[in-house]
Amino acid sequence: MSLGPDNRSRLVIASTFVVALILAILPGPGWAQPFRPDWVTLVLIYWCMATPQRVGVGVGWTVGLILDVLYGSLLGQQALAETLIAFLTLKLHLRMRMFPRWQQAVTVLVLVTINHLVVLWIRDLVTHTPVRWSYWTSSIVSMLIWPWLFVILRDIRRRARVS
Amino acid sequence: MLSSTGWSLRTPTVLTRFVIFTALALALMVLDYRGQHLARIRAGLSLLFYPLEVAATIPARIGESVIQFAGGNRALQKKYDRLAARQVKIEAKLERFDALRAQNTHLRKLLGSAALVADRAVVAKILQVSEEPFTRKIVIAKGSRDGVYDGQPVIDNHGIMGQVTEVDLEQSRVTLITDPGHAIPVEDTRNGLRTIVFGTGDEDRVAVRYLTAPTDIRVGDLLVSSGIGGTFPFGYPVARVTHITNDPNEPFLGIHARPVAHLEYNKEVLLIWPSHASLAAGKLKPPAVGTPGLPPGPSATGAGAARLPPPGGAKDQPAGTHGH
Repeated sequence: MSLGPDNRSRLVIASTFVVALILAILPGPGWAQPFRPDWVTLVLIYWCMATPQRVGVGVGWTVGLILDVLYGSLLGQQALAETLIAFLTLKLHLRMRMFPRWQQAVTVLVLVTINHLVVLWIRDLVTHTPVRWSYWTSSIVSMLIWPWLFVILRDIRRRARVS
Repeated sequence: MLSSTGWSLRTPTVLTRFVIFTALALALMVLDYRGQHLARIRAGLSLLFYPLEVAATIPARIGESVIQFAGGNRALQKKYDRLAARQVKIEAKLERFDALRAQNTHLRKLLGSAALVADRAVVAKILQVSEEPFTRKIVIAKGSRDGVYDGQPVIDNHGIMGQVTEVDLEQSRVTLITDPGHAIPVEDTRNGLRTIVFGTGDEDRVAVRYLTAPTDIRVGDLLVSSGIGGTFPFGYPVARVTHITNDPNEPFLGIHARPVAHLEYNKEVLLIWPSHASLAAGKLKPPAVGTPGLPPGPSATGAGAARLPPPGGAKDQPAGTHGH
């Protein structure tokens, strides 16, 4: 590749986000919707943790805004939630790197739940949204998928020498 | 941790960035909620990220063609047989329908009210089902270029599906009647009771709220759009009441209904441009089409003609008037 290491890192990070965004809007059967992990938030958490000097609040905001556009939701709703997640992860990233895998997964559960909570609050302010238990299954699935996603993204990061 | 970078104009701290971007997000939300200033920006952005949406539909398309290839002729033959059988049935029904429509317009003329003019309709393909959690929305492949407008009713061959809530150039987003933010004015075909059907977020359930215990509503009642509000034309089926609970601790009845339209199974939907007459029909409330037994015509000359259909024809009437 003729790209410099800096641009290559950016390209790699951007492409993982593109894949996450596509996975987030991939059409699926209705019953599967509550079990869809929050791909974008998971990838955001990973990069904020692994490369806080590259991915931070601004990237979180941008990715959230793209998600808003793709979902057709109130502009800024996901952007706000992802900004908050990026901020919290940046604050926690040194500790999260030290955590054993399961503890990391629990932290991810908390972060993804906060994300959903923010979105739910905003949605409830704008339109009445009944809360049901199925809304929280996504966070659980996100937690379960985290260890695997972590390994995959770490592999990508090491092979592409993203730093 | 923060003091190592310090406060400077070139590299703001994580906290300041967080505050800035939060403020930006909040400002965006207020603008987007309060007015239509952002409609153009949103349209531009969706065009920019359209490739992502296309990419997301690729696996489903590949899967479909694989299934078609593997399933082969037998599935097609089965489908053909089923459709052919249905076609015959529908044609038979249509014959009757035409006669009934002629009769109906004739009767309406006699009654001096506006006739229900057929609404213009266009078939639109469903591009994708919105995967945003907590909502029920779909994206269809018709946009402002095809004359789609905000608030346009969307139906299928069974009943009302929802309304257009966002229009781009070549595609638009439809909020289904099951979306928690959606409400549609309806009336009960059995007794003309006017009420509102709310979305719940469940794919096969809508709710009728704010009805008190003595209200005359029963399981099995068909709720059709009442035309009040002007968004939906009068007389399209919306939902059928499935469940009524009367909890003395609650101020209102808990009423569940099942949408008549096949919200989760369609690949195509119908966009309709309601004619002025059919919108007005709901507002002025002439004798409802759904109510059995038209009131006697006011004009003496028409009374004879109105009662002309023999008993054999009257038998067909309920089926025809409900559009089934």
